[in-house]
Amino acid sequence: MKALRTACAITAMTLGSTAMAADISDDKVKVGVLTDMSAVYSDISGEGNVVAARMAIEDFGGKVAGKPIELIYADHQNKADIAANKARQWVDDEEVDVIADLVTTSVALAVNQVADREGKEVITLISGAASTPITNEQCIATGIHWTYDTYALANGTGRAVVEQGGDTWYFLTADYAFGDSLQSQVSRVVKENGGEVLGASRHPLETSDFSSYVLQAQASGAKIIGLANAGGDTINAILAANEFGIVQGGQKLAGLLMFITDIDALGLEVAQDLYLTTGFYWDMDEKTRAWSERFFERHGAMPSMVQAGVYSSLMHYFEAIEKAGTDETFAVREQMGKMPVEDFFSRNGRIREDGRMVHDMYLAQVKSPDESTRKWDYYNIVSTIPAEEAFQPLSQSKCELVNN
Amino acid sequence: MTELIGISPQLLFAQVLVGLINGAFYAVLSLGLAVIFGLLNIINFSHGAMYMVGAFCSWLGMQYLGINYWAALILAPVVVGVIGLLIERTLLRRIQHEDHLYSLLLTFGLALMLEGIFVELFGVSGQRYPVPDLLNGGINLGFMFLPIYRAWVVAAAVVVCFTVWYLIERTKLGAYLRAGTENQALVQAFGINVPMMRNLTYGFGVGLAAFAGVLAAPIYSVAPHMGSSIIIVVFAVVVIGGMGSVLGAIITGLGLGVIEGLTRVFYAEISNTVIFIVMAIVLLLRPAGLFGRQS
Amino acid sequence: MNRTTILYAVLLALALVAPFGVYPVFLMKVLCFAIFACAFNLLLGFTGLLSFGHASFFGVAGYVTGNMLRDYGWPVEFAILAGVAAAAILGTVFGWLAIRRTGIYFAMVTLALAQMVYFVCVQAEWFTGGENGLQGVPRGALLGVIDLNNDLSLYYFILAVFIAAFWFIHRTVTSPFGQVLKAVRENEPRAISLGYNVDRYKLMSFVLSATVAGLGGALKCIVFQLTSLTDVHWYTSGEVVLMTLLGGMGTILGPVVGAGTIVTLQNYLASGAFASSVPIVLGFIFVVCVMAFRRGIVGEIHAFVKRSF
Repeated sequence: MKALRTACAITAMTLGSTAMAADISDDKVKVGVLTDMSAVYSDISGEGNVVAARMAIEDFGGKVAGKPIELIYADHQNKADIAANKARQWVDDEEVDVIADLVTTSVALAVNQVADREGKEVITLISGAASTPITNEQCIATGIHWTYDTYALANGTGRAVVEQGGDTWYFLTADYAFGDSLQSQVSRVVKENGGEVLGASRHPLETSDFSSYVLQAQASGAKIIGLANAGGDTINAILAANEFGIVQGGQKLAGLLMFITDIDALGLEVAQDLYLTTGFYWDMDEKTRAWSERFFERHGAMPSMVQAGVYSSLMHYFEAIEKAGTDETFAVREQMGKMPVEDFFSRNGRIREDGRMVHDMYLAQVKSPDESTRKWDYYNIVSTIPAEEAFQPLSQSKCELVNN
Repeated sequence: MTELIGISPQLLFAQVLVGLINGAFYAVLSLGLAVIFGLLNIINFSHGAMYMVGAFCSWLGMQYLGINYWAALILAPVVVGVIGLLIERTLLRRIQHEDHLYSLLLTFGLALMLEGIFVELFGVSGQRYPVPDLLNGGINLGFMFLPIYRAWVVAAAVVVCFTVWYLIERTKLGAYLRAGTENQALVQAFGINVPMMRNLTYGFGVGLAAFAGVLAAPIYSVAPHMGSSIIIVVFAVVVIGGMGSVLGAIITGLGLGVIEGLTRVFYAEISNTVIFIVMAIVLLLRPAGLFGRQS
Repeated sequence: MNRTTILYAVLLALALVAPFGVYPVFLMKVLCFAIFACAFNLLLGFTGLLSFGHASFFGVAGYVTGNMLRDYGWPVEFAILAGVAAAAILGTVFGWLAIRRTGIYFAMVTLALAQMVYFVCVQAEWFTGGENGLQGVPRGALLGVIDLNNDLSLYYFILAVFIAAFWFIHRTVTSPFGQVLKAVRENEPRAISLGYNVDRYKLMSFVLSATVAGLGGALKCIVFQLTSLTDVHWYTSGEVVLMTLLGGMGTILGPVVGAGTIVTLQNYLASGAFASSVPIVLGFIFVVCVMAFRRGIVGEIHAFVKRSF
């Protein structure tokens, strides 16, 4: 029923939008960056996202369709209820037109609910969250999942590792929805490519000591230990594996969700040779370097893929408004879907009707200390995973906006 | 649950050993907490933050002043101890006659501030601290590969724990301290400077936390939130051992490390909760904890 | 006495016009936490028992209410009642086990039990949505006619429930039952020697407190249309202690003021220049409160009024 309602709304709006000229609600476009500024994801998102959003607004000239762009931001501390509260207030009370970042899945899902209320729809540009339900069971008409998701991560790293002979796996999995979905998606990829899963240990979130789990993984005899966790858990797991001589013993690690800030925290000595899948790396070509150096000057660290994604998504949003001549939610969403996404961040990008922005993903390998010439010089890009292969095919989508 | 039967004795033995190593951390941390509670009646919620500051001290020292691990092992506890002295002198002393609740709230506030400041300064991802050269590598024990550093941690922790236990329970100094808690006025009448004694005790207690922090630095990532995830477990350890019982804190710390390690094999999901289950059972059966004096 | 009546009348008038000046959802959040803090104060302030597991009642009631509304299609009134009933049952179990202990041990038993509840909530994904939370709860319609999706209608409904809860706690505290509770708080052996079955009074106080805390959680679930693990986490248990102490433990209005202050701080600090330093500012406020305003905001005002007039 919701799908029907939104479908009607989209048609009505697209029919109507051609007639409207420069129709910007309350004479401004207001961008809200809702992010984690003080808790576990503040390095990959946080202040850096505010910087990225500011850069996007400045680079666009501070105005879109002749009207000024405003920015507000808030810290949600990774709590879905704080995020939902803030988002509601922004939409109801402060005329926010678009909400960006939304790191961590529970936050993204909660804010999507707020963004999907009849008559009060706004666009969400989700960059930080990882789980696939955002564009499947719980998809909304105005939500766009920009940077990466667990399917793409599993697909990239899982396949590459099996192809290189890593055909028996043991998982260290964070005991919550994200860890589960990452593990099951990688398992599927491993099996499809002829590999075998020997077992898994499910550890509670925010475990500091992984030696127990590492020993279990060691005892399993698997060639590959897959880390289906994130942030501090992944870092501590890798440190423990290093300490207990896992790599010297012939087993290899595969970090399934790793950001450049994690590599920075681990140091190349420990992290070298790890495979990982990423949506963006700052040192890929002229365009990525140019943008990232500017970002570095303002933020003091190279951008994570989430931060680059926030910039890219906002630029695309502004362009869509410019083109559509309105900031009306459905018209802008429609316009965004029509335009390919092609910038320093996204190659061969497009937004599908389930809200997934598909773009080229990259398989990277962490450099050894000798190869690295400077701080942040961490990855070798091993291969490019074409946009249409990287993400879940639309035909498998469980999103009700897709006619399957 | 075929895994249950499938576990080899070697793996099980390795898990017990790993559990003991974790237990050593719990023991040192809960020891400091128990000393502070037992002698000062303060529930020190900033203990985890002090552990974190200790780890950061050693990292900062290495990064900016070239201080090596062995020096940090002494210096970091001293630095944090001095911070503790200042906190006790300027804040905690003024509320020592109020309800426990207020010291808990105050130290909770301090912990929030400290963590927030370190997040502002260093970000959340954490910093890497290398294992000192002397302790690098590992020994093959046949049933497992034991990193030398972990063996060192257990040895250092056990020595420190039992030294402190001896100091407090078996020496004259300890007797004064204990007497000072029982009846401050009387002990003061004997010419002992009780406020100074309390001051030093608090500094010593948080110094122990910092010592654990330095021990932890090469194993875990040195990160602002490293203390907040461990503090509540350490609280549980102290309560199970019997509030204020030094020996209780040590033995319970080690024991719970082992129990936690074994749960990680059989039912890993519950490993963070198992300590609380033990706590509930112990408190319902033995109100004052395992080693507490019944009042 | 008269002054108090005027005060309450002014407060009521303010509450009635508030949603026209302030964002109603924010006000509703304050009211939900105010109910929670008042319930907690019944136990801490008037019975002298510090529970460190109250988030369990708050969160579990939210989960039950949310499930009833979303998956079973119950009318909103019954869904709330179901949530409150769940909190009452859970409170009975907690209370029955915990009241055997006193002081810090009491706090620790409640903490331990609450951690177990938290664990169950993490695992029971079919009921709680796990880490993602229980999302997409419909607000429903009051008595089948008043649409609660309208923020204003919901606000007045929640205000009415809040007033009822507040009045209920006020009556409980001033009743003979409440007097016995205070006697227990002040001098337990004395109360026993006077022939009161102290354990029974403690248990009743605990269950009442848990039940009303559950009411707060059930309402919060309806306001935000979600309940998440944050609501059952020990941090929330700590937050309600802070609200109560900040506002003034053992005063009737204190918890309301405390809840209002903390929620406002969190809300306004979260955006703008201080966004990344919310923990620092909150921590600093606690330190200042403990050092300078131990009686809490309302307690200090009481004391000031007493001294000056």
